[in-house]
Amino acid sequence: MNNTINNTRRLVTSRGIHLLVCSLSIITSIPLVFIIGKVFFEGIHNLNLQFITKPTPNTFNAMIAINNGENIPGGIANGIVGSFIMLILASIIAIPIGILCGTYLAENRHNKFAKCISYMTDLLQGTPSIIIGIVVYAWVVIPSHGYSAIAGSIALAVMMLPLIVRSTEEALKMLPDSLKESSLALGGSYGKTILKVLLPSASGSIFTGVLLAVSRVVGETAPITFTALGCSMVHWNIDQPMSSIPLLIWQFYNDPILQPLVWSASLFLLIFVLFINISAKIINNKSKK
Amino acid sequence: MYNIFSKNQSFKTLLNISAGIIPLVCSGILLALVLNSFNAFSEFGFFNFLSSKEWNQSPNNESYGALPFISGTLLTTALALVLCIPLSLSVALFNGEYYKGKTISNVLNTIVDLLAGIPSVIYGLWGFYVLRPVVMSLGLSSQGSGILVASVVLAIMIVPYAASLSAEFIKLVPKEYKESAYSMGATRFEVIRYVIFPMASSGIFSSFILAMGRALGETMTVTMLIGNTNQMPQSLLDTGNTLASIVANQFGEADGLKLSSLFALALLLFIITAITNLIGKIIIKKKSISK
Repeated sequence: MNNTINNTRRLVTSRGIHLLVCSLSIITSIPLVFIIGKVFFEGIHNLNLQFITKPTPNTFNAMIAINNGENIPGGIANGIVGSFIMLILASIIAIPIGILCGTYLAENRHNKFAKCISYMTDLLQGTPSIIIGIVVYAWVVIPSHGYSAIAGSIALAVMMLPLIVRSTEEALKMLPDSLKESSLALGGSYGKTILKVLLPSASGSIFTGVLLAVSRVVGETAPITFTALGCSMVHWNIDQPMSSIPLLIWQFYNDPILQPLVWSASLFLLIFVLFINISAKIINNKSKK
Repeated sequence: MYNIFSKNQSFKTLLNISAGIIPLVCSGILLALVLNSFNAFSEFGFFNFLSSKEWNQSPNNESYGALPFISGTLLTTALALVLCIPLSLSVALFNGEYYKGKTISNVLNTIVDLLAGIPSVIYGLWGFYVLRPVVMSLGLSSQGSGILVASVVLAIMIVPYAASLSAEFIKLVPKEYKESAYSMGATRFEVIRYVIFPMASSGIFSSFILAMGRALGETMTVTMLIGNTNQMPQSLLDTGNTLASIVANQFGEADGLKLSSLFALALLLFIITAITNLIGKIIIKKKSISK
């Protein structure tokens, strides 16, 4: 009799914990719905053609428009162009270095130097973005006497680098050794084996890694603030200050007049980031099949 | 023959050089922080700087200390971690044990992945316009922003990291161990409590350490939500500043001794996060070797 009660209690505890785990998991997913919902409903009505073709308005013009009950004039074209240019530049810097470095790590697994580099990659990945921002300020902005898109791109590249290194390394480690051995046995040189056999075979996973790295840095604000500074015009000079979408959000987030613009910019950024994230996931699943 | 040899050699050299860029960048970061913070440390003394509560910017009487920001950082991180642990442990169990491999677990996994992908400035914006008014309307604090709001949003941000890593370690527990426990009549909870947790504990622990590393250095969200005051925080509802947020907030208009002090704060943050991450990674590596 006692035994039965004891058993019932054990079962009830087990069920109770199961229920607790499920409800806490649901609670965890609620913020996603709330955040996306809030950004969507606040941002959607200002998202029009003008929004992606015009630069940010000054507060005065925006105030007049609001008083007249109109939509805010202007958009975030300066941010879109800036984000685009800096992402391209950062990719040009970080992707080749990252892939080569990841290849080095995958090829020299038991070497002391490689282990040291592996730790440093982790260190770099864990470095807070604000630190990278002010360090690039000290590296680039002070010597060149001015904020520039180049400085911003270098900061973003430093952030992308460890992510690409890690994903390349993981992707190459997944390949069977026989692939490399057969290429070498057929007389392929070491360089050719890596460039023409190993890297193409792992290209799906590497590409996914690059996409994820891009989606991580496109929303970064802290490294841009003190390097690219921001600019209210659309231009293509990479030696001049430039804006980016997250930077615009950060600059205007507590400006009551530019509120609608900030929400729309957030929606734009969110759609972009989630789109890259989801496509990376799809590509990864496809390349695994 | 010579040709192939030299080609091999040159490609290997290329790999070596590009691998050398990582230590170059790391030492460059350390060097920039140390050189630029040298003034502050020599002016105030290393331990004085760490233990001073003052952050006085008036031109004739400048005096800077790190203690308010160190305590702000530790408070927000600790509170975020306390909130994060039950949530991420649940998600990890949900994905790694209860519904492992089921569609519903894929759904939750995708949700958590998407949460991890949201830019921090959007978390900040959401916290500022949604969570802050809630705290104000509950009467917890007058202006809403402060350590509490910052920590809650921070917790939401770090749950994905802790959860996905912990789930991996929970999945690694061999089936045989669990099945033997079931065959002796153990309930699901007992299997989790007495088989899975002991075996995965160091992995789960390290995933929380790594999540903590993220929380320590998170900048934009905290800067938008913590209220940015330079005194010692008296309670969790108080406003404050973290190491990262004061740098983000004041670096723009700083020069001279203040700039140097901000670099010193960044150096502290760099050291703290580096040690945290190193501990986490070492535990993970040990775990994967002992398997």
